Amino acid sequence: MSDAVLQVEGLHKAFGGVQAVADVSFAVSAGEMLALIGPNGAGKSTCFNMLNGQLAPDLGIVRLSGRDIVGLRPRAIWRLGVGRTFQITATFASLSVRENVQMALYSYAGKLRSMLSRFGAAFRPEADALLTQVGMLDQAERTCGVLAYGDLKRVELAMALANDPRLLLMDEPTAGMAPRERVELMELTATLARQRNIAVLFTEHDMDVVFSQADRIIVLDRGQLIAGGTPAEVRANPNVRAVYLGSMH
Amino acid sequence: MTFSSIIIQLLNGLAAASSLFLVSAGLSLIFGVTRIVNFAHGSLYMLGLYGAYSLIEALGRTPIGFWSAVILAALAVGLVGIVIEVLILRRIYRAPELFQLLATFAVVLVIKDIALFTWGAEDLVGPRAPGLSMAVEILGKCIPAYDLLLIAIGPVVLGAVWLLLTRTRWGALVRAATQDREMVGALGVDQAKLFTSVFFVGSVLAGLGGALQIPREPANLELDLAIIADAFVITVVGGLGSITGAFLAAVIIGVAKAFCIGIGTVTWFGFEISFSKLTLVVEFLIMAIVLVARPYGLLGKPQAVQRIAADPVPPLTAPSWKVALVWVVLLLGVPLVADRYITIMLTDIVCFALFAVSLHFIMGPAGMVSFGHAAYFGLGAYAGGLLFKRAGLPMEAALLLAPLCAGAFAVVYGWFCVRLSGVYLAMLTLAFAQISWSIVFQWDSFTGGSNGVFGIWPSAWLADKTTYYYLALACCGTGIALLWRVLFSPFGAALRAGRDSPLRAEAIGIDLRGFQWAAFVLVGALAGLAGSVYAFSKGSISPSTISIGQSTDGLIMVLLGGVETLTGPVVGAAVYTWVRDAVARHTEFWRAVMGCIILLIVLLFPQGLVGGLKALFLRWKEQRA
Amino acid sequence: MLTRNNLLAGTAALVALALFGPAGAQTPIKIGELNSYKVFPAFLEPYKKGIELAVEEVNAAGGVLGRKIEVISRDDNGNPGDAVRVAEELLSREQVSFLIGTFPSNVGLAVADFAKQRKVLFIAAEPLTDKIVWDSGNAYTFRLRTSTYMQTAMLIPDAVKLKKKRWAIVYPNYEYGQSATAAFKKLLKEKQPDVEFVAEQAPPLGKIDAGAVAQALADAKPDAIFSSLFGADLAKFVREGQTRGLFKGVEVFNLLAGEPEYLDPLKEEAPEGWYVTGYPWSEIKTPEHTKFLTAYQAKFKDYPRLGSVVGYSTVMSAVEAIKKAGSLDQDKLIAAASGLKLMTPFGMVEYRPIDHQSTMGAYVGRIAVKDGKGYMKGWRFVDGKDALPSDAEVLKMRPKN
Repeated sequence: MSDAVLQVEGLHKAFGGVQAVADVSFAVSAGEMLALIGPNGAGKSTCFNMLNGQLAPDLGIVRLSGRDIVGLRPRAIWRLGVGRTFQITATFASLSVRENVQMALYSYAGKLRSMLSRFGAAFRPEADALLTQVGMLDQAERTCGVLAYGDLKRVELAMALANDPRLLLMDEPTAGMAPRERVELMELTATLARQRNIAVLFTEHDMDVVFSQADRIIVLDRGQLIAGGTPAEVRANPNVRAVYLGSMH
Repeated sequence: MTFSSIIIQLLNGLAAASSLFLVSAGLSLIFGVTRIVNFAHGSLYMLGLYGAYSLIEALGRTPIGFWSAVILAALAVGLVGIVIEVLILRRIYRAPELFQLLATFAVVLVIKDIALFTWGAEDLVGPRAPGLSMAVEILGKCIPAYDLLLIAIGPVVLGAVWLLLTRTRWGALVRAATQDREMVGALGVDQAKLFTSVFFVGSVLAGLGGALQIPREPANLELDLAIIADAFVITVVGGLGSITGAFLAAVIIGVAKAFCIGIGTVTWFGFEISFSKLTLVVEFLIMAIVLVARPYGLLGKPQAVQRIAADPVPPLTAPSWKVALVWVVLLLGVPLVADRYITIMLTDIVCFALFAVSLHFIMGPAGMVSFGHAAYFGLGAYAGGLLFKRAGLPMEAALLLAPLCAGAFAVVYGWFCVRLSGVYLAMLTLAFAQISWSIVFQWDSFTGGSNGVFGIWPSAWLADKTTYYYLALACCGTGIALLWRVLFSPFGAALRAGRDSPLRAEAIGIDLRGFQWAAFVLVGALAGLAGSVYAFSKGSISPSTISIGQSTDGLIMVLLGGVETLTGPVVGAAVYTWVRDAVARHTEFWRAVMGCIILLIVLLFPQGLVGGLKALFLRWKEQRA
Repeated sequence: MLTRNNLLAGTAALVALALFGPAGAQTPIKIGELNSYKVFPAFLEPYKKGIELAVEEVNAAGGVLGRKIEVISRDDNGNPGDAVRVAEELLSREQVSFLIGTFPSNVGLAVADFAKQRKVLFIAAEPLTDKIVWDSGNAYTFRLRTSTYMQTAMLIPDAVKLKKKRWAIVYPNYEYGQSATAAFKKLLKEKQPDVEFVAEQAPPLGKIDAGAVAQALADAKPDAIFSSLFGADLAKFVREGQTRGLFKGVEVFNLLAGEPEYLDPLKEEAPEGWYVTGYPWSEIKTPEHTKFLTAYQAKFKDYPRLGSVVGYSTVMSAVEAIKKAGSLDQDKLIAAASGLKLMTPFGMVEYRPIDHQSTMGAYVGRIAVKDGKGYMKGWRFVDGKDALPSDAEVLKMRPKN
């Protein structure tokens, strides 16, 4: 596992007396799509927030390409090449689609402090290239506040790719989307991940999406990893079947 | 202080806390559910006193007369609250955030003049409470029996409100709405009815708080503004939406004031310190300390998403150079054709325009509402005046150094403020403004105290009013142009982005607080420039340039013009200054007229003047097409 | 149901009406008057009536210099910045000959400084601050009303007579209260060196916590209290003090409390025995006052307050200055106003050449209650010129022009 982009070892987090995440270890390699699944309250979000710097783990190591990132702030982790999308889309509603992506590019280039130059003049081709990749170029001039939900998800993806990430963290990337759109978005993600050799860690509720798009799946229940492997292995795992009470096909 | 005085002052503080709590509890309820910063809450309190006075006169000074008057007055004030909600506020719930503040400000003006018209200008000293007019002796000292009753009423009302909130369906809805307003809509509850009922209850509490004060305080026209700031402070110190918090905060502030008075003047290390003078600002000191230590007040929880009812903020459109050029030429030409007074008036307007634009910068695009923006305007004015008068600098140098001083204050105040958000942030800016104000107000030997500083006239070559107007236009015009330019720079875009989604901003590596802090300093310095230009145009400055009134004026200008537009603040500053001047000159009850004009604008143009005119223009274009 | 278009039309009409009202005739001599009408209505409504009465009388008598007079009033919003703008408007747009008026100290001082800059006559009507004629005095500014220092000095003889040792002081925390306190301490100490000031309370104007203040004063066990509270603060202090027994066996001196504006609201609770300055309007029998009183009551069906006298006398001062100058030229007006003598309802007053302070006096007496109303008992009139510091002291304070 030396080529792992993200390596998590022995992650612990307790709230009050409740052990939310206990001894979780896994790794994601470049170009790989890893799905983190589990029933509600299994600790997926807690786990995610410890990876992106929003929460500090009680115990454990998180390595990004070998470097320990525990205790870093979210924006520092982003600087190291981690892109994120959110369960509820978070874009800049009053800016245009292109400006949203440009914002990420400006930030990555450290050019946001300028007070007198005009925003939007730079990084236009780069932004448009990213928008082309996610299929949003035709809507580049529109304001994010008026976009359909699925389109916002694509804008988020473009923004997450702006810092040329090694790792993408996607929290419920298809939540709130129509089934057809879900598959489309995740196919797009998978394609981009492979093209750009990005490691992707995502949580997901839609099992169709999980089993069709993930290279590997890990299953969390009550804060502990109970299974891991290829989709076929996980599907066959009796523990997983017990947790999901046969809700999987 | 002896033990007995400590006990008595404690009781005094608790008695004073009682009415404060009632008013604040109402304010807290209304804010929690409707997210309306109800500026008129103090007016409702004032009406409670006036109503109780009149009703007692009518019903007789008997125990039955007195207590039925108190209750009827509170209920009547509740009805006034319903009228305000149904006639005005209900129509503008979907307007941009804080726009309702403008409407309630207008209501304050109208109610004040109605009270003046109805009850006259003379203070009305109400009767003592029948049967409770005597004093009770405690530890050899006398305390009014009525005060002891008030001390008991506070917790009783707290208990009643608590029961109402936890044991009734209405209370459950109110609590749900306080947490998340959209949820109530989703539950299929008639939102309008809920809001009206909350307004009624909140107003009754304000009215009751006022009516109960009638044996302690004459009904007078200053009460509305005297109580409103305190009520906001208590609401915020306690934590928004927390009634228990409001009670706790009222007690802390009431008792702190009583002890400041009780301690009086003490000498420490040869310095004489008057704690009694500290009563001017103690509530704001407490608020600043509490907010720095606990960003959501004593018992508050992090606020739910703020911008729920409002539509998303529309994108900003950059100003066109051609249009701007036309305006500049027009403004340059005014003194050639207009009379001297128009030039003078325009000088004021130009100063206020920069003041309003700087406020708009921070509260609109940067998403940090400031209730204390006058701090920078006033400190800039004082810096200019004092550098000129006390440091003996040439007027030109003083004028240009003043913004740096104001900016320096913004460095300090801003550092604390950007750590908060929403109304808490707004109230912390107010706390800093009030602390600055009180220092300026007290420091006689340096700032001239309550009188201010005089004889700060411009140099000879600028003394002519037209020349000075050009100077003001150049300074403030440059300031406005600079701020607008910055808004469309990467820095400004990052601020707008941070307002839209702090989460995303952080996730793409933007150090939002740093940007916000820098924005604070920038607007502080430019508001200071406006203040210093203003000071030299008047020849004098007084603490009122730092006062709540000045901060409110700024908010009114921005909201009147339209917070979601770029030119709105300029138009708002011009219209507000000009209309107030014109109305005050021609009508006796100019406040009411002014209030009605603002209300009409509010109802006709819920997006502000510029926003509304823009919408009208677009509609007209659509119809032609 | 109001439609948006209806509202729009209504607004347009209303704005037009408000802004383009009929303009006045041009011939009379215009005097510009500004005051904080909406901030201090209790004092300024009677003041305005006094002005109206004076204008009516002057014009009925044929005006001055053969022209009628017109007083153009403006509201300065209690704010020095607005006041300076309004003053500019009066001078440049209304073309008034000079300025009169103002109430709070800071507005008065700002307008005084403005008058100096613009080189126009300004007769300050109400501001009590000593600075306006002394520390910050200037050649263009004159002040009618009996100042803080003068009113305080008028109470001193009674205070000295009582030989009380322990004094407590309470004052509203701004210029007026501060200078009243400073003057009182200084003057009393001169006359009675062993006096001790045992407590000092400075509540914010209009926001006194009367119970706590009364208690704190009582704790200091004073023999006497000097207060400069007025308005709502005074009413609250009186009530709390009475309930808590603060005034039992304690002599109280209170500036201004005998003025009907502040005494009348107290009704039957007016604190008996307090030494105050004020205006016992119903008992002053001088011919000049009787004439004023009769005319005032006939015109307004109401009794005059102190504000009425001030408003009336300010306009009369302005008219006499014009008459004496024989012209509207500023230099001549200033020269005329300096040393101007005229008859007011309070008798002859003179605007002293040395500092431009008028010698208007005030009434000193003790509060008593009759028929559920407070009044001044055993009052005497103190001429202003007897309550001013020596010329040498004045010259030392007043900047050379």
